[in-house]
Amino acid sequence: MARQKLLRKVGNVPSFKVFKPVGQDESVSPVIMYLEEYEAIRLSDYMNLSQLESASVMGVSRPTYARIYDNARKKIAEAFVNGKPVVFEGGKVYFDSSWYHCKSCLCSFNHLNPELPVEKCAFCGSPEVEPYI
Amino acid sequence: MKVVITSQGNTPESIMDRHFGRCAYFVFYDTDSDSTEFVPNANKDNLDGVGLESARFVAAKGAKTVISGDFGEKVKPLFDQLQIQLIMIPDSKKTISQIIKVLKRWSF
Repeated sequence: MARQKLLRKVGNVPSFKVFKPVGQDESVSPVIMYLEEYEAIRLSDYMNLSQLESASVMGVSRPTYARIYDNARKKIAEAFVNGKPVVFEGGKVYFDSSWYHCKSCLCSFNHLNPELPVEKCAFCGSPEVEPYI
Repeated sequence: MKVVITSQGNTPESIMDRHFGRCAYFVFYDTDSDSTEFVPNANKDNLDGVGLESARFVAAKGAKTVISGDFGEKVKPLFDQLQIQLIMIPDSKKTISQIIKVLKRWSF
């Protein structure tokens, strides 16, 4: 039996479900894009990270990341050339947000948008926050 | 914005519940209209899957932030997926009115 796939960490999911071409009839079967593949495109092509950096963000090895990214490119090409809609779903993923600790009110809170910096405690508003391990 | 606080009783003087899934009451506090609503937890005595059921209930009511003592390992990824912020307060002696006071002070 083949070895089980490692869980991939996904920080951002698309805010929409389907990417659709205009002027195609509805019967065309969609391309299913896994969430880890979307994440790979986001990290490599949108945020311009190297493969090594992206791999460590997603918690997989560099060769595995390269395979995920390769699949993602192939699916996008398939959708573009044949005018297929792209559906974002599934994949072997888990969602993770980073946790922070407030020194002032002693509470811990998570931070949902990794692109925004953490400046103050979500509960008491104090600026004395530190990453929580 | 709606904030949910887990509570042991149905008055503003009751103490915050340390458990998310099996808390006695959910307090829905609306920061815009300054209104509170106490809802008894219907899933409290279920055998399993209590956290997930409670999380779905809270999300369906439109909450954006959840305040409790601690959250289970099954619930955290679900809340991440639903883009709901979690706040854990280790000091469980705080009452609901005290927590709402803190929320009010910095949101205005």
